[in-house]
Amino acid sequence: MAEDRRRKTDMTRNETGPVTLIVPSHPKYLYVVRSALYPILTDAGFGRKDARRIILAVDEACSNIIKHAYEGDPTKSITMTVAEDADRFIVRLRDYGKKADPAKIAPRDLANIRPGGLGTLFIGAAFDTVTYDTNQEQGTLLTLEKKKQRVNV
Amino acid sequence: MKVEITTQKFGAGSILLIKGDVDMNSSPDVRSSLDEIFKQGGAKALLINLSGVRYMDSSGIATLVEAMQNCMKQGMKLRLVELSPPVRDVFELARLSSIFEIFANTGEAQAGL
Repeated sequence: MAEDRRRKTDMTRNETGPVTLIVPSHPKYLYVVRSALYPILTDAGFGRKDARRIILAVDEACSNIIKHAYEGDPTKSITMTVAEDADRFIVRLRDYGKKADPAKIAPRDLANIRPGGLGTLFIGAAFDTVTYDTNQEQGTLLTLEKKKQRVNV
Repeated sequence: MKVEITTQKFGAGSILLIKGDVDMNSSPDVRSSLDEIFKQGGAKALLINLSGVRYMDSSGIATLVEAMQNCMKQGMKLRLVELSPPVRDVFELARLSSIFEIFANTGEAQAGL
C-alpha cells in the first residue's frame, strides 16, 4: 500500500499528462491546437517567446500533415499527444495518411527568398529532437522533443 | 479564428490592415485582398499594417513574400508597418527583417512616398 502510494507520488513528480487532442484535418482547427497548447506550455514553465515558437512549430507540423499526408482532405484526423517529464516536453502528432519521407524533409536555404518552405525550419528551431516514425501500419508518428533546461524567456 | 482585413486608400496607394491570426486557414483571405489591390494597379505604394496580428505562420510569410514580388513587378513600394511581437518573432526566425522595409507607424511609412 505504502509502496503503491510512493510509486504514484514519483509518477506525479516525474511525468505530467499525457493530454490528448484529436482534431479534423481542416486548417480551421489549427487554432484549436494552438489554443490548447498555450496553457500547457506556460504551466510547464516556458516563457512567452519559447511558448510562441513551440506553438508555431506544432502548427507547422499539423499544416504539413494536412497538406502532404492528407493532401488537403479535411475529413481525416490528427491526434496530438502532449506529455512532459522533469527534463523534456514532448509533442506527438499521429496521422493516418500518406507516410512522410524524412529524406525529402529539409529546411530551405534562407538566402533563397521565395514563398514557402519555412515550416521545417520553424520546427527545427523550436525542438531539439524531431523524429518521423513511418513504421506504422498506416501514416506517420511525428515526435517533437524539447529539453526544458533550454528555456529562454 | 477569423482574420479581419480592412483596406484604406491614401494619396500614394493603399493600406491593408490585418487583425487576427494569419495561418493556413486565413492566408487565402489575405491573399485575395492583396490580389484586389494588385488588380486595381496604378498605385505607388502598398502599406501592410500588422499591429493587430496575434499569430503568423509560414503561410502568412509566404503571402507577404508573394506581395513583395508582385509589388516589384508593378513598380510599387511595399512597406510593412507596426509588426506585432509574434510577427517580429517569426520574421527573426526566418531572417526576413532585412528583406522588407519595416516602419514603426503609418506616418513614418507614408513619408517620402
